[in-house]
Amino acid sequence: MENMVDYGKIERKARGRKLVFHIVTYTLLAVWAVIVLFPFYWMLLTSVKSYGAYNSEYIPKFFTLSPTLQNYADAFTAVSLGRYLANTALFAVATTAIMLVVITLAAFAFARLDFRGKGIVFVLFLSLMMIPNELVVITNFVTVTNLDMRNTFLGLILPSVTSVFYIYLLKENFEQIPDSLYYAAKVDGTSDLKYLLKVMIPMSKPTLITITILKVIECWNSYVWPRLITDDEDYYLVSNGIQEIRENGFGRENIPAMMAAVVVISVPLIILFLIFRKKIMEGVSRGGTKG
Amino acid sequence: MIAVNDFNFEIPDGKLIGLLGPSGCGKSTTLNLISGLQKPTSGQIFFGEDDVTNLPPENRGIGLVFQNYALYPHLTVRQNILFPLENLKGKDKLSKTVMLEKAQAAAGLVQIEELMDRRPGELSGGQQQRVAIARALVKMPKVLLLDEPLSNLDARLRLQTREEIRRIQRETGITTIFVTHDQEEAMSISDMIVVMNAGVVQQIGRPQDVYDDPKNLFVAKFLGTPPINVFDGQIKGGKLFLGEDKVMDVAGTGDRVVHVGIRPEGFRLKEDGPLCCELCGVEVMGRDVSVIFTHQACPNAKVRAIMGTEYKVDTWKGIVRFSLIPRKVFLFDRETGERIYFEEGGQ
Amino acid sequence: MKRKGWLYLLPALLFLGVFMVYPLIDVFVYSFEEGYNSASQTYFGTGLYNYSYVLHDPYFLQAVKNTLILVAITVPVSTGIALLISAGLNAIKPFRNLFQTIYFLPYVTNTLAVGLVFMILFQKTAYSEGLINLLITCFGGSPVDFIDGPYWAKMFVLCFYTIWVVMPFKILILTSALASVNQDYYNAAKVDGTSKFRTFMRITLPMISPMIFYLIITGFIGAFKAYSDVVALFGTNLNAAGMNTIVGYVYDMLYGDSGGYPSYASAAAILLFFIVLTITCINLLVSKKKP
Repeated sequence: MENMVDYGKIERKARGRKLVFHIVTYTLLAVWAVIVLFPFYWMLLTSVKSYGAYNSEYIPKFFTLSPTLQNYADAFTAVSLGRYLANTALFAVATTAIMLVVITLAAFAFARLDFRGKGIVFVLFLSLMMIPNELVVITNFVTVTNLDMRNTFLGLILPSVTSVFYIYLLKENFEQIPDSLYYAAKVDGTSDLKYLLKVMIPMSKPTLITITILKVIECWNSYVWPRLITDDEDYYLVSNGIQEIRENGFGRENIPAMMAAVVVISVPLIILFLIFRKKIMEGVSRGGTKG
Repeated sequence: MIAVNDFNFEIPDGKLIGLLGPSGCGKSTTLNLISGLQKPTSGQIFFGEDDVTNLPPENRGIGLVFQNYALYPHLTVRQNILFPLENLKGKDKLSKTVMLEKAQAAAGLVQIEELMDRRPGELSGGQQQRVAIARALVKMPKVLLLDEPLSNLDARLRLQTREEIRRIQRETGITTIFVTHDQEEAMSISDMIVVMNAGVVQQIGRPQDVYDDPKNLFVAKFLGTPPINVFDGQIKGGKLFLGEDKVMDVAGTGDRVVHVGIRPEGFRLKEDGPLCCELCGVEVMGRDVSVIFTHQACPNAKVRAIMGTEYKVDTWKGIVRFSLIPRKVFLFDRETGERIYFEEGGQ
Repeated sequence: MKRKGWLYLLPALLFLGVFMVYPLIDVFVYSFEEGYNSASQTYFGTGLYNYSYVLHDPYFLQAVKNTLILVAITVPVSTGIALLISAGLNAIKPFRNLFQTIYFLPYVTNTLAVGLVFMILFQKTAYSEGLINLLITCFGGSPVDFIDGPYWAKMFVLCFYTIWVVMPFKILILTSALASVNQDYYNAAKVDGTSKFRTFMRITLPMISPMIFYLIITGFIGAFKAYSDVVALFGTNLNAAGMNTIVGYVYDMLYGDSGGYPSYASAAAILLFFIVLTITCINLLVSKKKP
């Protein structure tokens, strides 16, 4: 009988401990979620406050009763936000497209073809992964300037159309495809290029999609190189545009219009993320750091 | 999904119990319920008089050996064995020397003293198994649970290790339950076996008793190598018919159709025996002889009978005749598979 | 036949050669050319003067100090919090996906754009004290301008924002590392009555330690290259704000208000490269020693 009471106590204690543990865990997670989400909420909120209302709030309010879309209109008319977006889209699409061609060819060569010096070239490629961008940007800046390609799309795009890491990733993926398929195609008289296009690329689609998405994100957020290479507003990307808006646009103090621009810039990527959530997270965990 | 349904059996103290069943029949779930790693959706679990349904695993006084051993790869064998002891708190807390002594004793029991400073990655499968048992035993649990303890070992080690488990259980006297899908393994070392299928306990008893007196067709088929032969039979007027052959007198069953299970050793070669079969072949194994044949009442399978080498089979005839040993013949309901008992009539 | 491989590799080789290998060599050349004039492309001589200039430049020393503080704070703090959050995520089932999605959001946002939101949250202007200062006064503190105010306040926002930006990657990596630990180890520990804390310290941590070291190393490298998040918060004139980083210094030397000195930029970039290399090597040695 005494034993029974004892067990009851242990069970209650265990249950209590579990409850406390869950409360603490959820609180912690919720706090961080709020920290992550709050800036997004704040930018949305501020972007729909009217200029007058925002500036009259010495103590900022957490909500607004008279939301307005005027700021969005301002963002597109007072500064060339539309142009920045179009530039960025063009830059992202062109860079990604060219890069896909370049890395697919290179990965195919490493994965499938046999040629003298392949091993050593591959090692050299890999060692290039350790080279930080900061080291090569200086000369690239000089090169592009000397080629008279500042304030051109070519100047923006060309230096970022290769990625050793993506070549590596794709090569690993290509190597997963069984050799027998290649030999079967050879027997049928399929050329290497056709084999690449008809067999390898379709079979590696998931990886190619992941690479595409990651590259688009990278392009959308790139700041340093565009800043160096463009000082003509007609070629600004969104990052530079936002910096320009901050320093010169809207007469500096029109924070709601600025936030409207920030929302417009952020939304495309957030939508992309929500659609391709699994692919993006998987791709990033396979080896992408930000920047 | 119900993995385990209506589970009720008593485990005698100090015995070695084999929990036996085909893969996916809920053995591991049962083990997890006993250990407390899983909670039953309904119902209760009692240890003796005590309801332990909601008791966390550490308070149940159990030791558990995982199928893949779950040895911590970054700790040495000694640290692995010490691990459970270091968890003790308050009045149960042990001094370092006592802990080391206990770990040494547990290692001695499974004979791995010389491996104490190695890491699990450097050990063979059999050695890892011993370490896992030592770790489960070091706290001297009331019940030791082993999940498929032999499945990750090769055939030779398996024989050796099952003797080892038997020895350790005898030496410690700890009630031990082990899960296996291999009936031979369970039969050979258990004091008692629990046969499960589809989450339901089929039969419990001493291995020989369960073999000799299966409660239903599943148990009869599951135990024994070579497996039992199953015929379609019919009872008419107290006689058992296999096809055309009137093979045995059975009383007290009434007229019905049945499954007839006959153990391989239940056939006796007899010139004028009632069971007339077409011979397929004879395998001489040295110690005994397998006679393989077909019979019209068993259309889809070959029948195997085992007998002593003193019997001579005339292969040129193409036909053999047997009489049956009544206690090796079991009748089962065609629908439910439940055993139908009969009174021996004698031939 | 044997040349075909090279043909496929050609585009990649070309781009990498022009925009990576050549610049890599050239940056060393630049760094030793004294008195280089980018207009006339002439120089006086070769030597270590550029390095000596950079090392004696108070702006550079300030940038090194800022970077070191940033690294020393954000790497351990972000790794620690990420570990805590990932462990929390792994312990729950309901809402887990929702939390994971939320936590990943900062990864797909434009650093410059969201930095602007942080700026207005922390900034104290004539019109408004800003939201954070509102909170501070709520708890009885006195308001501080985090953007144009004292050094520690600016450093705090910078660290806070940096952590906010790097968390998604760390949480992602650690969550998948934690999920890959075999459940049997936890069950074994549970049967032995191991406390949650001890299980975490003695089993979980050692098992995922390779991933933690990976995160620390990439964290170090990333934090040493901090730049765009600093620009996002404090604008492009970082030297004036006293918040410049080493990378910022490189770019300022190359281009910007004080720009036009590729030699100094090269010397600074090479110094950065060697600092990062040294620290990475030390990290690797330490992680090797701890078995």
